[in-house]
Amino acid sequence: MAFASALKCRECGREYPTDPLNVCEFCFGPLEVVYDYEAISRVVSRERILNGPLTMWRYQDLLPVDGDNAVDLQTGFTPLMKAPNLGRMLGLDHLYIKNDAVNPTNSFKDRVVSVASTKALEYEFKTLACASTGNLAGSVAAHAARAGMTAYIFIPADLEKGKVIGAAIYGPTVVAINGSYDDVNRLCSELADTYPWAFVNINMRPYYAEGSKTLGYEVAEQLGWQAPAHCIVPSASGSMFTKIWKGFKEFEDLELIPKVHTHMHMTQAAGCAPIAEAYEAGVTRVRPVKPDTVAKSLAIGNPADGYYSLKTIQESDGDATIVPEEEVVTGIQMLAETEGIFTETAGGVVISGLKRLVERGAIKRDEVTVAYITGNGLKTLEAVEHTVKPVTIDPTTASFEAEVLSA
Amino acid sequence: MAKLRVRFTFTPELVQEPIIWQLGQKFSIVTNIRGADVREAFGWALLELEGDAEQINQGIDWVRSTGIEVQLVTGDVIE
Repeated sequence: MAFASALKCRECGREYPTDPLNVCEFCFGPLEVVYDYEAISRVVSRERILNGPLTMWRYQDLLPVDGDNAVDLQTGFTPLMKAPNLGRMLGLDHLYIKNDAVNPTNSFKDRVVSVASTKALEYEFKTLACASTGNLAGSVAAHAARAGMTAYIFIPADLEKGKVIGAAIYGPTVVAINGSYDDVNRLCSELADTYPWAFVNINMRPYYAEGSKTLGYEVAEQLGWQAPAHCIVPSASGSMFTKIWKGFKEFEDLELIPKVHTHMHMTQAAGCAPIAEAYEAGVTRVRPVKPDTVAKSLAIGNPADGYYSLKTIQESDGDATIVPEEEVVTGIQMLAETEGIFTETAGGVVISGLKRLVERGAIKRDEVTVAYITGNGLKTLEAVEHTVKPVTIDPTTASFEAEVLSA
Repeated sequence: MAKLRVRFTFTPELVQEPIIWQLGQKFSIVTNIRGADVREAFGWALLELEGDAEQINQGIDWVRSTGIEVQLVTGDVIE
């Protein structure tokens, strides 16, 4: 059973029933799920979690849906790998990679969409929808297929073909919109108000966002029931960043782990860093930007959770790092060449951001550090194709020796 | 009828202009102000716009053309 008891406005505190709503009717503040933690504390335990499925649904007591009916592609419980080679290169003895690129549609979005699509079925919606530039599109289309729902995927008309195929293969209606990102945003907001559909990150957003908490729970469990000293996280809307922190704090409050001392480090690419820029300027108002970054999965110019991300940084004594665009691909290469993990551009931002954090002394050698890799490198081949230069030879040993061994 | 919830951000030179009134008049949109803070040097307003979808789109384009920043209250929904 689900322990979600209400939705609550994060600004004015007004409460609402757990309906398909995302903003407060009075002040337009974002709504967040409220749980009956007392009831949860009576049932949840390490043992209960350990006996659960090897997916994100082992934490169903802390998710706002009935997990027994989950739309589940076996998402989550992804590897937390020790990264000794990258750690050696950077000067860290306890570096781990949370490899969320191995989820069913190759990104962390499966966590949030699994919750949103399950909730959509609870509300008896027949249609699942989203506006996306890649990762979310594939995940929504796949979950809709699994759930037997109709899917509408709205994309900018100039989206790379590979990303369109990655969603279209699951059989949704893919709608390419001629116009700017602003136009796509505006149209989808209007459609969400007009049609009785479950837009995963609009009217389902309070539930959808909760799925990212499992990235905190898993890391804590996989580290032997403790939170790490440092988390390095890529940010677009800022939602995942806040929810990883929320996951640690819930585990602490439920006495599943000891007191949390994690420093939350946000990373953004220079071409779209509205939250990190606000952090650097020391202000709480996030000024929207026009994204122009190679890290397309982080290209949200007007981040919904910008303000709350800054609060998470403050609460956790963390920080935000802006990674120069030219270091994004360097980060991808560094992770691939040291640990054999090929990440998309968001992961390149994380690894280059991590390097900068170590260089400026924010992370000490003996501290447990987790870098979140949230998407697979095959999704952004165009970002790295210029770095790949195979040697071409004639089909002879002589040519091999001359062109390869003697080169 | 369509609805759109937006945030307008005014620069100092636009603070004195009756933009919201003009938006309602020019495009036959109901402009419902739900929160605002307008000062000498800066201002913002949260609004719910209700009307014909095409009129709302044209109205938003017109507001932007005056130099006012317009954002969805939900933040960007394209991910």
